[in-house]
Amino acid sequence: MSAAAADDFLPRAAKEAAATALMVFVLGVLIVGARTFDDGGGHLAIEWRMQVVAMGAALAALGRVGILFWRRHDPGPGLAEKWRPAAAALDRRMGWLIWLGLGFALALPALPFADRYVVDTAIQVLIYVMLGWGLNVVVGLAGLLDLGYVAFYAVGAYSYALLAKTFGFSFWICLPLAGILAAFTGVLLGFPVLRLRGDYLAIVTLGFGEIIRIVLTNWVDLTGGPNGLSGIPRPSFFGFPFTANPPEGSTSFHELVGLDFNPMHRIVFLYFVILALALVTNYFTQRMRRLPLGRAWEALREDEIACTALGINPTNTKLSAFAIGAMFGGFAGAFFATRQGFISPESFSFFESALILAIVVLGGMGSQVGVVVAALVLVVLPEWFRAFAEYRMLVFGAGMVLIMVLRPHGLVADRAPTVRLHG
Amino acid sequence: MAEPALLTVERLAMRFGGIVAIDDLSFVAANRQITAIIGPNGAGKTTVFNCLTGFYKPPIGRMTLWREGQPLYLERLDGFRIARAGVARTFQNIRLFPRMTALENLIVAQHNRLMRASGYTLGALLGLVPYAAAESGAIDRARGWLRRVGLEAEADQFAGNLPYGAQRRLEIARAMCTEPALLCLDEPAAGLNPRESAELNRLLTAIRDEFGIGILLIEHDMSVVMGISDHIVVLEYGRKIADGPPAAVRSDPRVIKAYLGEEDAA
Amino acid sequence: MAFFLQQLINGVTLGSIYGLIAIGYTMVYGIIGMINFAHGEVYMIGAFVAVIVFTVLASVGGMGVVGGLLLVLIAAMAITAAYGWSIERVAYRPLRRSFRLAPLISAIGMSILLQNYVQLSQGARIKPLQPIIEGGMILMDRGGFAVRLSYIQIFIFLLTLALMAAFALIIAKTPLGRAQRACEQDRTMAALLGVDVDRTISLTFVVGAMLAAVAGVMVTLYYGVIDFFIGFLAGLKAFTAAVLGGIGSLPGAVLGGLLIGLIETFWSAYFSVEYKDVAAFAILVIVLVFLPTGLLGRPEVEKV
Repeated sequence: MSAAAADDFLPRAAKEAAATALMVFVLGVLIVGARTFDDGGGHLAIEWRMQVVAMGAALAALGRVGILFWRRHDPGPGLAEKWRPAAAALDRRMGWLIWLGLGFALALPALPFADRYVVDTAIQVLIYVMLGWGLNVVVGLAGLLDLGYVAFYAVGAYSYALLAKTFGFSFWICLPLAGILAAFTGVLLGFPVLRLRGDYLAIVTLGFGEIIRIVLTNWVDLTGGPNGLSGIPRPSFFGFPFTANPPEGSTSFHELVGLDFNPMHRIVFLYFVILALALVTNYFTQRMRRLPLGRAWEALREDEIACTALGINPTNTKLSAFAIGAMFGGFAGAFFATRQGFISPESFSFFESALILAIVVLGGMGSQVGVVVAALVLVVLPEWFRAFAEYRMLVFGAGMVLIMVLRPHGLVADRAPTVRLHG
Repeated sequence: MAEPALLTVERLAMRFGGIVAIDDLSFVAANRQITAIIGPNGAGKTTVFNCLTGFYKPPIGRMTLWREGQPLYLERLDGFRIARAGVARTFQNIRLFPRMTALENLIVAQHNRLMRASGYTLGALLGLVPYAAAESGAIDRARGWLRRVGLEAEADQFAGNLPYGAQRRLEIARAMCTEPALLCLDEPAAGLNPRESAELNRLLTAIRDEFGIGILLIEHDMSVVMGISDHIVVLEYGRKIADGPPAAVRSDPRVIKAYLGEEDAA
Repeated sequence: MAFFLQQLINGVTLGSIYGLIAIGYTMVYGIIGMINFAHGEVYMIGAFVAVIVFTVLASVGGMGVVGGLLLVLIAAMAITAAYGWSIERVAYRPLRRSFRLAPLISAIGMSILLQNYVQLSQGARIKPLQPIIEGGMILMDRGGFAVRLSYIQIFIFLLTLALMAAFALIIAKTPLGRAQRACEQDRTMAALLGVDVDRTISLTFVVGAMLAAVAGVMVTLYYGVIDFFIGFLAGLKAFTAAVLGGIGSLPGAVLGGLLIGLIETFWSAYFSVEYKDVAAFAILVIVLVFLPTGLLGRPEVEKV
């Protein structure tokens, strides 16, 4: 570094820092600095918080200087490039990490700290893991940005609720039916729009998600409208209900296995059901990648025109990814319905779609392990730090931007080949 | 020159807005022959390919692919059906699947055969069909092509990381893995050095002679065109100005004026 | 007839607002080919700035309606301009050469970020505002149904018209407009010819944000109540408007906005209010599937 460049650095850094501070000040001066609140009489009043704005501006200026210093002393490749070897090393150790994680997941309900709250949280995590893996088929493999994934989750949940309530079908009959109905909805919605360019498709799926939610809210006769559906049958252990006092003529689970009644039984059972569902989703995805259809999905993500020139029907191939993704969403929805016992349109807003997409994106798009980590962070952190709950979506939005900016290598950064010629 | 016609193009026309890209174009490409389409930049060569392979739908004209004496009217088919009918192509600005390996690229090219073998996925998922044999067959075929184009050692590298010349060859190998009757190559020699260019000549004549398929070639490199073509079609401003064997085209005064006149004729 | 006329007036008012937002979508799409999903949030921020400045003015007092309005418009445009510029700089510029869906995902992240940022700093509850421009005129009175044209509606029409005119002038006559059109045609070539592409793109975001801010101010005046979530639906509908008009086409954005406003209003008036948003989305799907270039858009020939 020449002396001239060094001399030049401080004034330049000061200038940039000042510009950053000014910009942050302008951004925050009213939105953050002047908080409006109801004065109690239906009128708004202002609470000034200029100190917050000033602090933000100062922090931003410091951050800017920090980045400049970093770049000056280390003008090499970007941060993401530097992490690459570390990520690769992690990848090599991933094998046993995955088995460890799986072992932990299987043993979890038996661990000493696993009270009702812990298992419940674990179920919540697994629902998102499953949704993330399901959406990963569509986004990570086929490269279709689906912003309305929650629609299929909703179709699964309502299908389950209505089938179970109206016809009294058991969970194990309703589950595949809910998946099939969701897949069918996926085909129905996907067929007209899958020809569209990627970004148009994204917006249209978002529209579909909203349409489904509006229909659920307004078709009161079928869906109960905004009040939703309650009294959804809880699952039984293959016909043996988890109740303290089973109805006349039937045996409850605790009688079957000769234990005292414990409400935990049902929760642990639910935990294993969702764990199994999630693992099936994962196994299926991994298997698909090695089959021609799965390879065609990935090829389609890479170059649709080349696919057409190789005789691959792009519409049908996309449709299959869309439908299969929808099916897993439907399974997860059915599970959600039976676990909650109550569903309403509120659970299926765009917020939920954004959350699932955030899990997939933050997990590294196409990375199955990444989805688990992102789902854990998403569900567990807000549980541990209540203060974080408020900032959760803020952090996730920022995270999505950051991931895209720092990792410009496309959907799959380090993809494992599905077949090798040389070992 | 008694080879039967493989592709007949009749009165093809294509325009974009007010611009005429192809006007009243007719030509024939035969089996076991290399037919070159040449012409100055903007003559409409790539547009012909895009019509043939279904990316554009020409409003006028007939494009017939003859297979076992039966005509297939390409203008009526979707792009992917044209490919299934036996027309494979490469692209001027290489379109490989960059984040899939060279081997995977060639396996994707065998999609339709493998889909049938996998019982349209469901069969293989449920274990109803013996899919493994089909896959190892596909790998063998891919290996054979990788060897042919000199990329066997690079089989497990991502296509996007291969050098330019290797990408060009891989794209040809990928097209051949679809087992086409007609191979359309859009400037395969572009960006190649003379040695690579000579290798390409050998590869293309070998493909023609061994597989007995027709090759349609767009090329600017005259050493490639004159060296291996059996038949040349010359376009200018979307119209055909000459059509015949290399020797005849080379001495055609209209061609010399329109095209070769600017360059050295060989 | 009277009822129809009233709906027409209401629809055009709503359509003007959508049209102003839609211009932002269409300009950004035209120049860098991305859907600026966060644009709806910029509009929302414009509305919040309006509410905040009006509240401050009310507590300070001593400024007339006209002066107050002017101040609000200037503040909203200045602050959202800063947002438009920053969003592009932080979330999109680093992604110019990334894979095709990266900017859209980044934009969705930005949208979530901005929504929650405003919710955290201003609270999740709706913000009511006392009417600023009151009154109106009765155009027609038939059988007890009076067709009202409020002063706010007149204000919205006039402001929209003035902005459109100014905007058309900018695009047609100024160096910025020329640079913008050049970048739209061919960014690499424009750069070679000495157009500062980065600056032009930044300015495009700034101008789009300012128009959205005006829409935000209008909606605040018109409905008198906003919350942090209004950007989502309005953004989607404005995007629909841009697509309907032909994305990339500025007159198309305005036309699309008016049509969406009218369709939504008439749908609510004659069919069902509950499903009015379904109508907008259905139009989006139908247009994209059957008329992908929109009403006034140029066909896009894909290079193979």
